[in-house]
Amino acid sequence: MEITTLHYLVVAAALFIIGTIGVLTRRNVVIILMSIELILNAVNLNLVAFSRLYGLHGQVFSIFVITDAAAEAAVGLGILIAFFRNKETINADEIDLLKF
Amino acid sequence: MSDFLNYLNSNLTPGQAGAYLWVVIYIFIIFAAVSVAVIAMNWLERKILAHMQVRLGPMRVGPHGLLQPIADAVKLLIKEDIIPAGADKLVFWMAPVVVVITAFTTYIVIPFGPTHAVTDMNIGILFMLGVASLGTLGIIMAGWASNSHYPLLGSLRSSAQMVSYEVAMGMAVVSAVLMTSLTGAGVYGIGPAGGEAIGTLSMIEIVRAQMNQQVWFIFKFFPLGLIAFFVFAVAMVAETNRAPFDLPEAESELTAGFHTEYSGFRWSLFFLAEYAAMIAVSSIAVTLWLGGWLRPFPHWLSGDAWDTAFSFFPALTFFVLAGMALRTTVRMPKHPYFKIQKTGLGVFGLVLGGIGLVLLVPQVRDRIQDIYWFSIKVAAFMYLYIWYRGTFPRYRFDQLMKLGWKFMIPTGIGVLIATALVGVL
Amino acid sequence: MNPVATPFFFYALAAVAVLSAIAVIVRRNPVHSAIALIFTLLSLAGLYLMLYAPFVAGVQIILYVGGIVVLFLFVIMLINIDRMQREYQFNKQWLVALLATAVLGALFVAVYVKGQSIFPHNAVRFLEEKNTQEVGKMLYVDYLLPFEIASLLLLVAIVGAVVMAKKRI
Repeated sequence: MEITTLHYLVVAAALFIIGTIGVLTRRNVVIILMSIELILNAVNLNLVAFSRLYGLHGQVFSIFVITDAAAEAAVGLGILIAFFRNKETINADEIDLLKF
Repeated sequence: MSDFLNYLNSNLTPGQAGAYLWVVIYIFIIFAAVSVAVIAMNWLERKILAHMQVRLGPMRVGPHGLLQPIADAVKLLIKEDIIPAGADKLVFWMAPVVVVITAFTTYIVIPFGPTHAVTDMNIGILFMLGVASLGTLGIIMAGWASNSHYPLLGSLRSSAQMVSYEVAMGMAVVSAVLMTSLTGAGVYGIGPAGGEAIGTLSMIEIVRAQMNQQVWFIFKFFPLGLIAFFVFAVAMVAETNRAPFDLPEAESELTAGFHTEYSGFRWSLFFLAEYAAMIAVSSIAVTLWLGGWLRPFPHWLSGDAWDTAFSFFPALTFFVLAGMALRTTVRMPKHPYFKIQKTGLGVFGLVLGGIGLVLLVPQVRDRIQDIYWFSIKVAAFMYLYIWYRGTFPRYRFDQLMKLGWKFMIPTGIGVLIATALVGVL
Repeated sequence: MNPVATPFFFYALAAVAVLSAIAVIVRRNPVHSAIALIFTLLSLAGLYLMLYAPFVAGVQIILYVGGIVVLFLFVIMLINIDRMQREYQFNKQWLVALLATAVLGALFVAVYVKGQSIFPHNAVRFLEEKNTQEVGKMLYVDYLLPFEIASLLLLVAIVGAVVMAKKRI
């Protein structure tokens, strides 16, 4: 059976849903950040799947998305390390004070 | 069957021609050749290092230690496989597998000749850089899974070093790729008038660009090609964790670093991956700067006579090697204990001479040219690796990182900008 | 060059991607999650190759797998606590989260079923050989401003990450 664009979109949707579940349910902040990377990858797959039909703009934009994901992961992990130094935990439920 | 043999008449790589059985055959050939090269490198490294340190190296196992690598391999295979207590079994098992797979996957795009690559991806050099950066993951996994502090420190240091020098490698590679599409003008103008200059990431096309522009990229836009080559040569030594950048695996510093807890066959996988990665990055350097499979001076000394003269070089190399082996045979001590070694070395010398004679046959001579020149250049790089190990003292880790970030990357960026400027002017 | 066995490779890569993604959010040990993320990203790179986007596949491998996941592994190793791994992994709102994502999934299904007629089913519209050249041209001609902004963003991210991770500013 021929693989149409819809197949790729379904895979991207599945990845998006799994990533969302990960962000909403896990307590370990590192895993939450990894789930955000899953969401961004799902979006990328969507962009590249459509770029096959509508021109190269999708691929160029997906490169920007990858760049953004790198920057965000770096800053997010930096914040995590700074927080870990203060409170010795990476449990999202325990990170609940605005000032300590 | 005739379809199968039909591929030999086409002038495409098997991947491009869609001949999948030939792809598998090429992969087997490359795998075998790389394994033989790693074994030879093991022996060569010990002998050359020893001679540089005014000692003899292994002499007992075979004649002049020629069977030493085989003895090492057998020893490693029959050793007990120890997994440290508390180690993460899955990750512990997976780390050497990842390192070996990434080291060998880079060989898919290495061009040994205009059609002698497994396939010619049009993102060839990008693919090689990407897969080389996957090796870092294997090292991190190895250090993590060993559940012991020496490997953890070693793997963190090693992967930090590899990631830093990957950036410098990328800059140098991009400046070489840029040279494929610029012919320059004025003082720096090169290549025949009206020569085509198309930018490309494909490895075979990069060498073809050097052929069309009639200059090896190391000499193009002098001294920019040379500086870019220098940046890449240093970065590739640091990337493969070899001396003088081998702090993460130096024995006096970290008791063998990230592969401390690995024994037997798993350690030999790391070893195999390290040498395979060395050959792979040397192949990148040869393809990008030293003209790949082109023989020296293809345009200055062109014509059939020079072609034939240069085509005798493979046979000549094997004759020289055979001569060295036979001379050593003659000079061995005349004692009954050495009879087996003498005969062994004599047979080895005669086999080398036989290969040299086979390479004199005209049909073989024409076809072996590209692979020979490529292999000779890569072999020169391997000798340089061993030379560095015997000559330079080790860099301390902070000196290493300082060199990578504060010298190599600015130099790489400078060369890139300068190449672009000079090429466009 | 004709593609070979496309459905097989698509289903294999898609299955690896989805199963590894499930492993990312389910595993207790964050290192195992990171390794599962590596598998997901590599299978996505394969899917990009099948979509005739070799440059994006190469960038994905170099940046995502060779950069971002290495960063994750570094941080995991620096701040690993065993205590964290022995606690219960999912938080109190897991039921609500599943309901919300079920609604999201239903939304996806509705859009894809109703929107089938809008998506054209054409094949590739441009050459694979010139993909990098065309993407590069587009980056520097149509998308020059986002390109410069992205480089500025990366500079800000570098400075921010360094400042965040310093012991005393």
